[in-house]
This record gives sequence, C-alpha cells and structure tokens, in this order.
Amino acid sequence: MTALPTLAVKNAKKPARVTGHGKLAAVYLAPGMLGFLIFIVVPLVASLVISLFDWPLFGAPKFVGLDNYVRMLSGDPVFWTVLGNTLFFAVCYTVLNLVLALALSTWLHSLGGWGPFFRVLFFIPVVTPMVANALVWRLMLTDDGVVNSFLANFGIHGPSWLSDSQLAMGSLIVMSVWQGIGYNIIVLGAGLNGISPNLLEAARIDGAGALQRFFRVVLPMLSPSLFFCTVMTIIGSFKVFTQPYLLTLGGPGESTNTIVLYLYRNGFSFDKLGYASALAWALFVIVMLITALQFSQQKRLVNYDN
Amino acid sequence: MTTETMAKSAAANSSDPNRKAPANRKKKRPGTYVSRVAIILAGLIFFFPFIWMVATSLKPTSEVFSTGSSFLASRVEWSNYVTAWTAIPFAQVVANSFLVSIAGAALTTLVSLLSAYAFARLQFKHRDKLFLVFLGTLVLPQEVLVIPLYIMMNKLDLVNSLPALIVPFAFGAFGAFLIRQFLLSLPVEFEEAARIDGAGSVRILWSVILPLVRAPLAVVAVFSFIDYWSSFLWPLIVINDVSRATIPLGLSMFSGERGTDWGPLMAAATTAVIPSLLIVILLQRQLVKGVSMGGFGGR
Repeated sequence: MTALPTLAVKNAKKPARVTGHGKLAAVYLAPGMLGFLIFIVVPLVASLVISLFDWPLFGAPKFVGLDNYVRMLSGDPVFWTVLGNTLFFAVCYTVLNLVLALALSTWLHSLGGWGPFFRVLFFIPVVTPMVANALVWRLMLTDDGVVNSFLANFGIHGPSWLSDSQLAMGSLIVMSVWQGIGYNIIVLGAGLNGISPNLLEAARIDGAGALQRFFRVVLPMLSPSLFFCTVMTIIGSFKVFTQPYLLTLGGPGESTNTIVLYLYRNGFSFDKLGYASALAWALFVIVMLITALQFSQQKRLVNYDN
Repeated sequence: MTTETMAKSAAANSSDPNRKAPANRKKKRPGTYVSRVAIILAGLIFFFPFIWMVATSLKPTSEVFSTGSSFLASRVEWSNYVTAWTAIPFAQVVANSFLVSIAGAALTTLVSLLSAYAFARLQFKHRDKLFLVFLGTLVLPQEVLVIPLYIMMNKLDLVNSLPALIVPFAFGAFGAFLIRQFLLSLPVEFEEAARIDGAGSVRILWSVILPLVRAPLAVVAVFSFIDYWSSFLWPLIVINDVSRATIPLGLSMFSGERGTDWGPLMAAATTAVIPSLLIVILLQRQLVKGVSMGGFGGR
C-alpha cells in the first residue's frame, strides 16, 4: 500500500533528487561499503590469489600456479576423505534436522500456549556458545560418561561414541542437530503461524483427513519457510568445524575430519596458507553451486501464491 | 511501534487454533494430555546437557565419573568455580568477551543502520545492483576469508589484539538487510514532513528514523552480540595469548592445557552459557521475531 505513493513521489521529483541523494548516500554508505570492500571483497579475491602460491606465514611466497589445485584434486587422498566426510555430514545433518524440525514445530504448534515456551527452550543451544555445548557433549559421550552409565543400568555395555570410527561421525551429527535444530523450529513455527486457520477449516469441511491436510495444505503453505531453512541448513553444514575440533580432533584416523578443520590445519598447523586457500575456494565453489542449484529449483519447489 | 508489536503478537495468538476457538476447546481429548506430558519429557531430554553441565560443575573432580548417571556427588564442590576463575585469567577472559561482543554489536548495528537507510530511502545510481551484490555475502561462508584476513591482521600487526576480533566481522549484510526490510514497510511521509519542516538529513535519521526502527535495531544488536560471544574459529586463529582470549577460546585452552579437569571446565562452561541464557529469557520475543523475519528473506 505504501509502495505506490512512494513510487509516485520519487518519479515526480526524480532529476533533482538523484543528484542530491548521491552525495548523501555516499556519506551513509561509506562505512558499510568500505568495510564490505576491505573485509569481504578484498579477502575473497586475495584468497584466490594466495591459492596460486606456496605461501608460508614467515618467508617468501612462491608462485606455483595451479599446483595447489592439482595436488588437492589428484595428489592428496585426505582431501577426498575430508570432502566425503563433509558431504556425508551435510546430507545426514540436513535431512535429520529438517525432518525433526518439521515434526517438532508442527507438534509445538498444536500445543497452544505451551508451544512458544518449548520453541524457545529448543532455541537455547543455538545461542549458547558452541564450544561450551561441544565440551559438555564430549563429557557425556566419553567411555565412562553419563550416556554409557545410563545404558549400563539396562545391562548394555555402551560403545566408545567418539573413538570408534564407525560411531564418531554419527555422534557429531546427533550433537550438531541438537545444537542447530532450534533455529529451524522457530522459522517453521513462524511459517505455521502464518497459515490461515480458515484454510485448514475449509479443507476439513471438504473432508480432508489430518494427513491430507498436512501434505496438501500445510506443506505447500510452509514451502517458503522450508526452502529458506534448507538453504541455510545446508550452507551451515558445510562449515562444520567446532564439533570435530573439540569432540574428536578429526579422528579416529581421518574419520571426522572436515573441510574447514582440514583448512584450519593446513593454514595454521602445517603452515601452508596457499593450500589452505585452495581448500577455502573448493568450499566456496561447492557452497555456491549448491545454493545456485537450490535457487534455480525454487520456482518448482516453492509455492508463493497465497 | 510498541502497539504494533502488541498487535502483531495478538494476531499471532488469535491465529493459534487451540487458544482461540471455543469450538476447538470442546475437542480437548486425552490425546492433548498425552501430548503435553510427552513434550515435557522431550524438553527435559533436550535440556539435559545443560543440566549435566551444571551438575558436573558442582562435583569434586574425583567423582565426575564415579558417580555414573547420578546428579549428586558426595558433596557440592563450589570451589570448581573458584578454580575456573583463577586457573586461567578467567575474569580477564570474561571481560574480553563482553568488550568484544558489546563493541562488535554496536559497530555492526551502527553500520547496518546507515547502509539500510541509504538502500531503503535514498536514490542513487546502481542502488539495487549494489544491494544485490552486498546481499550475496549472506551465503558466503566466512570460513573462506580467514586465511587472507589472518595475513592482513599479521601485516597490520594486529594479531593478538581485540580490534582484530571486532572489526573484520562487523560488515555482513544481515543487519542492513533486516533494517532495510523494516524501513521499506514504513511510509515515507514522516520523513517528507520533517524535511518540509526544515530538518536536515542527520536530524531526520536521528529523530525520525531511529525511534521507528528501534525494534529491528535491537534484533540486529542482540544477534551480533551472540555471534561475537560464541565465535570460535576466528579467535582461535588470531589470538594466541590467554589474556586476549574470549570465553570460547578460553574454554578450549582450558581443556587443553590442564589435561581435562572436568569440574572446573564445566564451571567455566556454565559461566559462558549464563549470559546467552539471560538474553534468551529476557528477549525471547525479539529473538523469535528476528529469526522469523530472517526466515521470510526468501519471499
């Protein structure tokens, strides 16, 4: 409603205002755009340049062309392990997180006044420092930690959750879902609140059962929120670092090593800033490709007409 | 603005099916009670790690594992908190965290407000294209930038300094995007009126815009505070002196340097969690609004 008069006013006075606002805009935008340039654009470009060098922290960088990339793709088996681990994490984490968040937010929505309280409860791990969260999980999951003590009450001899290469990644995924799910619960909860009860009532009158109402009404109406959650959750999952760093140190072996952890190690333990930058660009390209793919499918998957 | 917030939450409540309709209330079946008991159970299980964190922080180190799954040890060991605060310069670390988070949130909010105002209200060449490029950084993983940022900080001799923790991450697009969205929903007539009355642009921003955007401003401030408060990878890279560490880094150093002394470590972790918990309790409505506003970014 407000958009129309605004547009009219703008058009009416256009020539005078464009010049006037140009200077003013420059003043207001200066801090934001300078910071954007210095701390985002320049580092992004620099990282591409650095990736073409053999770049130790102390000592002279040496130009090596695409060597870092060649090594990454064909001479470094750890890269493929790390990539596989990260993909595995991303798929499991995203699917688990979204399915559980959808189920939980629908459930919370049906609880009336109790819903908002529990929604906030589930949100707490999102805002508490992940280092604190990860350390408690490490305590709980050690061999003689509370999880295995609890299992012992039922005569079950609990496994080594963090040092068994079969289980370590699973443990990280469970911890991460616990850590992150609250965000999606709130976004989906807001989406559910936005669905008109009249619509559901109409579907009910037309004879739609609970499942039918969920799949035919709720899900399509929720698809914009779901789409947003999917994009953000996938991006987040590729950046996983703190959990493997603190819970498993990437091990046992390389079984929980991830792209960002490997990037960190190359940069700051192995003193290979060039190679670390090549890894950063691999991460960047993967995330951008997946995001672009999702947006290109947006029209097909998301229902925007209300 | 407050009335608007209230109206919005009232609308949210009335669209809540179980609250509103007497028709629904009639249908309260045993299932409702089962559902409520179940959610309490689920909530307790979900919250368990925090309960365990506090329980462990009060156990003598020798009994951390020997007590199995019991919450209580033979005695309550408050001295873990003393140890946590004295073993590393923890008071300094906490002070660093507050300083970095408050300064970072203030800088982020100010920069976001100025950019948002320009993008929402001013006319200039290539405005929309520029905004789109800027917005693209929402999906750029910050992890991609840490190597060049570290080299930059190293060249500027800022490694191991608090400014290095604050400045590089104050220029993301989220804040400007959120405030701009909000500004676009407000009528321009207020500003037009002020302009006709002879107010300059700084005056308009300060006395007309600022009071109107308090709500999204608070959301941006709180979210960037939490981001700075919880951030780990960047402090891990750029700080290597405990006296400059923030809490997450301090916690990780704590567990490394001393073997793992779980009682004091959990005492420190509990300390780290308390401010976030307070923020959630005090500002839950703003937080929920912030997350869900972000959630409609795709629309």
